[in-house]
Amino acid sequence: MSDAQAHLQPRVSPLNNPAVRGYIYQGVLILIVGFLGWEAIVNASTNMRVRGIPTDFAFWDRVASFDINQSLIEYTAASTYGRAFWVGLWNTLLVSALGVVLTTFLGFFIGVARLSQNFVVAKLAMIYVEVLRNTPLLLQLLFWYNAVLKPLPNPRDSISLGAGIYLNNRGLVLPEPQFAPGAGFVLAAAVAGVLLALGFRFFARRRQAQTGQILPVGWVSLGLVVGLPALVFVLAGAPLSFNVALLRGFNFSGGVRVLPEFVALLLGLVLYTAAFIAEIVRAGILSVQHGQTEAALALGLTRAQTLKLVTMPQAMRVIIPPLTNQYLNLTKNSSLAVFIGYPDLVQVFAGTVLNQTGAAVQVIAITMAVYLVISLVTALIMNIYNRRKALVER
Amino acid sequence: MKAFAATFLAAVTIGALLAPAQAQTGSKTLELVKQKGFLTCGSNTGLAGFGLPDDKGNWTGVDVDLCRGVAAAIFGDPTKVKFIPLTAKDRFTALQSGEIDMLSRNGTWTQSREAELGLLWAGVNYFDGQGFMIRKKLNLASALELSGASICVQQGTTTELNMADFFRTKGMKYEAVAFADINEAVKAYDSGRCDAYTTDASGLYGSRLKLVNPDEHVVLPEIISKEPLGPAVRQGDDQWFNVVRWTHYAMINAEELGVTKSNVDEQLKSPNPEVRRLLGGEGDFGKGLGLPKDWAYRIVKAVGNYGEVFNRNVGEGSPLKIKRGLNALWSQGGIQYAPPVR
Repeated sequence: MSDAQAHLQPRVSPLNNPAVRGYIYQGVLILIVGFLGWEAIVNASTNMRVRGIPTDFAFWDRVASFDINQSLIEYTAASTYGRAFWVGLWNTLLVSALGVVLTTFLGFFIGVARLSQNFVVAKLAMIYVEVLRNTPLLLQLLFWYNAVLKPLPNPRDSISLGAGIYLNNRGLVLPEPQFAPGAGFVLAAAVAGVLLALGFRFFARRRQAQTGQILPVGWVSLGLVVGLPALVFVLAGAPLSFNVALLRGFNFSGGVRVLPEFVALLLGLVLYTAAFIAEIVRAGILSVQHGQTEAALALGLTRAQTLKLVTMPQAMRVIIPPLTNQYLNLTKNSSLAVFIGYPDLVQVFAGTVLNQTGAAVQVIAITMAVYLVISLVTALIMNIYNRRKALVER
Repeated sequence: MKAFAATFLAAVTIGALLAPAQAQTGSKTLELVKQKGFLTCGSNTGLAGFGLPDDKGNWTGVDVDLCRGVAAAIFGDPTKVKFIPLTAKDRFTALQSGEIDMLSRNGTWTQSREAELGLLWAGVNYFDGQGFMIRKKLNLASALELSGASICVQQGTTTELNMADFFRTKGMKYEAVAFADINEAVKAYDSGRCDAYTTDASGLYGSRLKLVNPDEHVVLPEIISKEPLGPAVRQGDDQWFNVVRWTHYAMINAEELGVTKSNVDEQLKSPNPEVRRLLGGEGDFGKGLGLPKDWAYRIVKAVGNYGEVFNRNVGEGSPLKIKRGLNALWSQGGIQYAPPVR
C-alpha cells in the first residue's frame, strides 16, 4: 500500500482491520498450541522425576549387552545403546529401500496388466489387487512368516538350489563373494560402461532429432553395461571366488544368510503396497485421454512406443503424488516387523532398548522423530521429481 | 491379538505420563484401590503356572494368587482383581505410569530396575534361574554345546541379557531371534526356527506344555543366572509397598506355622501365640498396614499358604511338577524366609 493510497483511506480502528485481526487470531492460536506443548513437557518431566524415571539421554552411551541377529554395521553385545539404535535404523532403511524399489516394479507391472486386452491377465491382476488390498497387512505378514517360511526344513535337511545356495528354516544361505586384487578393474569397467551407455543415449537422441535416424540404443547399452565388464573380468583372470557355506554343527557357517524374518517382512510389504500402486498406475493411465493414444497410433508409433512416449509421461503427473504416499506407508508399515521378530528400529530401539533403560519417553520421541525425518526426506525427493515431471505451463 | 492390546496400552501409558501430575501421584495407592473397589494387577500374557487365563477367563498362577491375596487382604474378596496382561516390553511403563497398582508378572528383581526405573520389589515369590530348552533328538548334554545355535527369546527381558553374557564369556557364537510376545517366541521355536528356547527355568516347563509334542523337548541342566522373581510396586508409597510385601510374607509364615486354607478356621483357636498374632487373635497387626485386623486370615482363607499356592500352580499338584528346590522354606532346605509377625 503506497503512502498516497493510505491518505485516501478513512481512519479505522486497527481492531476492525481484517489483516490485524488475522494476526491476532493466529498469534492467539500459536500461544494456545505452545502453551499446551509446554504444559505437556513440564508435566511429563515432573511426573517422571516424581516417579524416579530417568529424564536424560545418558543411556545412549551405556553398554547394551544384548545381541541382534542382523546388523549392517559392526555390533556386539559390548556395543552401546546408541550403536543399537543405528543397527535398528539401518535395518529399517534396508527393508524400506528394497521394498520401495521392488514394489514400484511390481505395482507398475500389475497396474498395466489390469488394463491388458487379455481377459485372463486383466482378471488375475484384478483378483490380486482386491485380495491383497482388502486384508490387513499384519495378517499377511504373519501368513508369510508362519505359513510359508517356517515349514521349511531344518538346516540338516536343507533344500539345495545348486551353486552353493541353500534354503532352510534359518533363511536363505548364499555363497559370499570374495574379491581378488583385479576386481577393481572390473568395477571400473562397469562404471565406465554405464557412463558410456548414457553418453551414447544422449548422442542417439540428438542424432534422431537432427536426422530422424534411430540408433539401436538398447542393444548398444546392453553391450556397454554388461559386455564391457564381462570382457575385463575374463581378461583380469576372473578375480572373484565364492566362499560357499558349509553345514557345521547347528547351521551353515560362512556365506551370506538372508533371515526368514527379513524375507517375510519384505514379501509382505512389497506385495501389499504393490496392490495400491497398481491402482494408482491404472488411474494414471486412464487419466490420459484416449485420443492421445489414437493420435500416437495414427502417427505410426507402435503400442509399446505409445505407452512409453505418449501415455506414461502424462500418466506420471497423476501417479507421482499418491505414489509418494505409498512409499511413506511402506516405510512406516515396516515397523510391523516387531510381530515377526525382524530387528528393525521399533523392535530393537523402541523394544529392547526402551525396556532395558526405562527411558520410555525419550526412546519413543527419538523413534517418532526418526520416522518423521525419513518420511519428510522421502517426500522431499519425490516432490523434486514431481516438479521435474509436472506440466510446464508457459 | 494380545500384542495389539499391549501396544495400545503402552501408547496409553506413555500418554498418561503427559497428564497433569495430580491425577496419580502414587503415594496413596491403597486409598485409591479402596476407592475404586478393585485391584489392578499387571500379569503375564500367558505363562502356565504364573499367570494364565483359562477358557472361562479365570486367571491362575503363582503371580496371580499373590494379587488375589492382596485383594483378599484389602477387600476380603480375592475376586476383586482386574488383571491386565502385559508383555515383558510394556510391563514397567504400565507400572510407572500408574496404569496398574502392582506388577506381579514373573519380573526379575535387579539393581538397575530399582535404581533407574523408580520401582521397588516387594519380595521374591519364586527363586528362579535361566535355562535352555532343546529338542531331544539334538542329543546335547549341556548348554556348552550350543555354539552356533539359533535361540528364540522374548525381548526386553533379563533373559536376553544373560544369554548374551553367557555366550560372550564362553566365547561361543549364537543367533538371538527376539520376539516381543512370549507366545510368538515359543511358536517360532516349536516350528523349528530356533534350535533352543531360553527363559527362566520355571517358564521353560510352562512353555513346554504349550508345544505340539512336549515329550520331544528337554530342559538342559545348566542354570546360567540368578532370577529372583517377585511383585513390583512404584517407589514413594511405603504403605502400599508394605501391603504387598506382607501379603507375601503372611503366606510364607502361614506355611511355616502349618496354617492352611482348610484348617485356618480351626487355627483361629490355636493356643500358639505366633499363629494368634498372624491371624489376628492377639494384637492388631493390620492397622499399621492400613488393613483390617484379620488381614492374614483373609489371605490364607482365600488363596492358601505359600506351599499350597506353589503346589497348586507349579508343583506336584500341577501339570508342571516343578520341585520346591530353592523355594522350599528355610527350615526345609530352601531359602524362602519371612520375618515374624509381631
